[in-house]
Amino acid sequence: MDSNMLKITINGVASEVPNGTTILEAAKLLDIHIPTLCHHPKLSVFGGCRLCIVEVKGGKRPVISCATPVADGMEVKTSTPRIEEIRKTIIELILSDHPNDCMICEKAGDCTLQELAYFYGIRENRFAGERRTYDKKDNNPFIERDMEKCILCGKCVSICDEIQGVGAIDFSYRGFNAKVCPPFEKDLNCEFCGQCVSVCPTGALTGKMWSYKGRQKDVREVDTICPYCGCGCSLTLHVRQNKVIRVSSKENTINEGWLCPKGRFGYSFIDSPERLKTPLIKENGKFREATWDEALDLIASKLKKIRSKHGPDSIGGLSSARCTNEENYIFQKFIRAAIGTNNVDHCARY
Amino acid sequence: MAGLATVFGSGAMTNSIPEIENNDLIFVIGSNTTETHPIIGLRMKKAVRKGAKIIIADPRKIDLVRFSELWLQHKPGTDIELLNSIMHVILKEHLINKKFINEWTEEFDNFKKSLKDYTPEKAEKITGVPKNSIIKAARLYGKAERPAIYYTMGITQHAHGTNNVFAIANLALMTGNLGRESVGVNPLRGQNNVQGATDMGCIPNQYPGYQRVDSINIKEKFEAAWSAKLSDKPGLTATEMILAADRSILKAMYIIGENPAISDPDINHTVKALKKLDLLVVQDIFMTETAELADVVLPAACFAEKDGIFTNTERRLQRVKKAVIPPGNAKEDSSIIIELSRRMGYEMNYNSAEEILHETGSVWPAVAGITYSRLETGGLQWPCPTRDHPGTPYLFKGGFPRGKASFIPVHHSPSKELPDKEYPFILTTGRQLFQYHTGTMTRKVPELNQVAPSAYIEINPEDAKKLGIANNEILKVSSRRGVINIKALLSDKPSSGVVFIPFHYKEAAANILTNTELDPICKIPELKVCAVKIEKGKNR
Repeated sequence: MDSNMLKITINGVASEVPNGTTILEAAKLLDIHIPTLCHHPKLSVFGGCRLCIVEVKGGKRPVISCATPVADGMEVKTSTPRIEEIRKTIIELILSDHPNDCMICEKAGDCTLQELAYFYGIRENRFAGERRTYDKKDNNPFIERDMEKCILCGKCVSICDEIQGVGAIDFSYRGFNAKVCPPFEKDLNCEFCGQCVSVCPTGALTGKMWSYKGRQKDVREVDTICPYCGCGCSLTLHVRQNKVIRVSSKENTINEGWLCPKGRFGYSFIDSPERLKTPLIKENGKFREATWDEALDLIASKLKKIRSKHGPDSIGGLSSARCTNEENYIFQKFIRAAIGTNNVDHCARY
Repeated sequence: MAGLATVFGSGAMTNSIPEIENNDLIFVIGSNTTETHPIIGLRMKKAVRKGAKIIIADPRKIDLVRFSELWLQHKPGTDIELLNSIMHVILKEHLINKKFINEWTEEFDNFKKSLKDYTPEKAEKITGVPKNSIIKAARLYGKAERPAIYYTMGITQHAHGTNNVFAIANLALMTGNLGRESVGVNPLRGQNNVQGATDMGCIPNQYPGYQRVDSINIKEKFEAAWSAKLSDKPGLTATEMILAADRSILKAMYIIGENPAISDPDINHTVKALKKLDLLVVQDIFMTETAELADVVLPAACFAEKDGIFTNTERRLQRVKKAVIPPGNAKEDSSIIIELSRRMGYEMNYNSAEEILHETGSVWPAVAGITYSRLETGGLQWPCPTRDHPGTPYLFKGGFPRGKASFIPVHHSPSKELPDKEYPFILTTGRQLFQYHTGTMTRKVPELNQVAPSAYIEINPEDAKKLGIANNEILKVSSRRGVINIKALLSDKPSSGVVFIPFHYKEAAANILTNTELDPICKIPELKVCAVKIEKGKNR
């Protein structure tokens, strides 16, 4: 046996994992689900939500599986009546200070907290009492920060610091008054990458431009590639009624699910009212609308005339990095084979 | 791209994005990576968390400097002096890779001689970088195990841009830092499918797959494939087309999804040239500044409205998928061109976009193994010649396509327009995070414009003090080619004597000021250095 491998039995299923693996990771390898609100595989362990508790044979108290490394021969149970009771209590405690407005929340249907409340059947709350209220509206244009829905899982704080390297937000105050905010509780003024939004497990952080455009269950997801810089990030376009209403990105992509402000929030040009919708022909210095036949016939006849008078090298074409490979291929073939010149280039030098 | 292709036989990024996090040394020169390639910037930050060190050579204190071990603030246009002096130290301190040089390169002795005079002392005078920093950079790069170089337009947009690239290639060759995982030379391509457009032959001297138009064998191959008579005369580059239009040699231009009336250097001249054409057709998604000048404007579909492939900066072909239908009568670019081609008497018949991909594979073996279904799981990096080939994450494993790579000695030459009494500042241009290129797309997004609403000129507080300029004051900035009014942004990013303007904003277009001087080899304009004067303007 490899000395670096440790034996572990989870819910009666035996396996071996490399030294250093946590119980949570070991369970994931076995496809055993353990609920959590504050854990993210690409961020440092926070251990705040306590939902991922498990029982280890021989241990007095349950341990949090996200922060407990596997020891050789460990026997773990991820679900017992005692553990489920504790988990239910944790969810109840969180919900006792959470607005009960799932009916109008952007995140409904895609919310980890709502999902957990559903599975634990929580409707009445034993702990109802004082609630945190925040009147402050963050005036940044991208990210809605509804701090009443924040459960202090810390993922946004970690991702901003550890992945983005910006550190625009952090915990401030203590105990019941603890909250996540920018320095001096000013408006958010950061790179607006929205990485924080992508990991928020509740409706505390959402895109401002997403509001009331459609719930997740109503969208069709289309995986495509970002039209901006050369990184080639994977985008998932959320489409409802022929309109892109939201953009996200999946984790197992070249960009690891991370995006920049243009990729995540810069999509509304797609259905801008200023889009060109019909061919235009200039007459006496002014554009008039034309049919495709009119426009293409005009171009073809003028190109033929110019070619016969001045030769094919009097015509040039610029293609575009915004076009697909297929379109670029077709365009240079058109210039070379249909026009008869190598005067074809694109914006590579700018 | 011509530079790297000359030396190695291939002009693309040698490595892939995931490999960045395993670099132990990252040398970024002329790339404001976190703003122009934000997600590659994240991988660099990840590498730092895993122990890598970053060297940055940039005239501006870019954000990535916060994560760097060493920042070399050289004067714009002095890259060769800086790189040659780093190589001088590497040679002197025996940090070269003799085995690699013997096996894989030629012309080393000549090159070695060419470095003789590039002492760090002399370089300090020319570049403004302290000699100890140059020595430190040489040792960091020379001793690293998995170093990679990353650059963008800060290297290439110079009248000696190709020579800058040769200098970078020399540095990698002399240290043997090529042909391994996480080790190489990486030009980061600036636009989503610039790599694909180049691969597909939208360049005047090469067919798809970098096959020369002036080679008779290649011409005959494409004539057979396309059933057409083809020209063996290399065509004009974009910049040369504008010059030819101005001289009325070029009579018609067909422009798809480009906006030279903002992105060209000296755009007053570009607009004048475009107006001289007998026919200008612009096919785009918006009424751009260039489209305004057109005789016919055709409405095209945008990325979310079509199927196909984009090839990203690391040679990865990835699927673009149609999500929504185009507005009004707008059509996909390919169907417009196919329809026009038919009217010109040349039929192209394809039943699907994928058939075009397969035709590409038949004329360029490097993508012959790629199908749409194979791209469903994360894309493939060319070369990928067969259906069972896994793609190529990094290039030159076991050698260069052209056999041995050749050292090409290069020497420092000043930029074409240097500051003088009348125009005392060096202007350099570039991008910022929230806008993209000429703003055709991003400036239609209200939220982006709320955080990045207007153009600005970054000026060092010292210079501002001398001129009595306050933050946000409107300045009149002029060069020998034109004048713009623009808001001052006092910033310690540029050094004293250097100013920076992002080129996205048409109302204060940086390219009214820039110089049209071209690199003699790849015809790239010198957008990174020109001389300007700054005066207090009228406050609006």
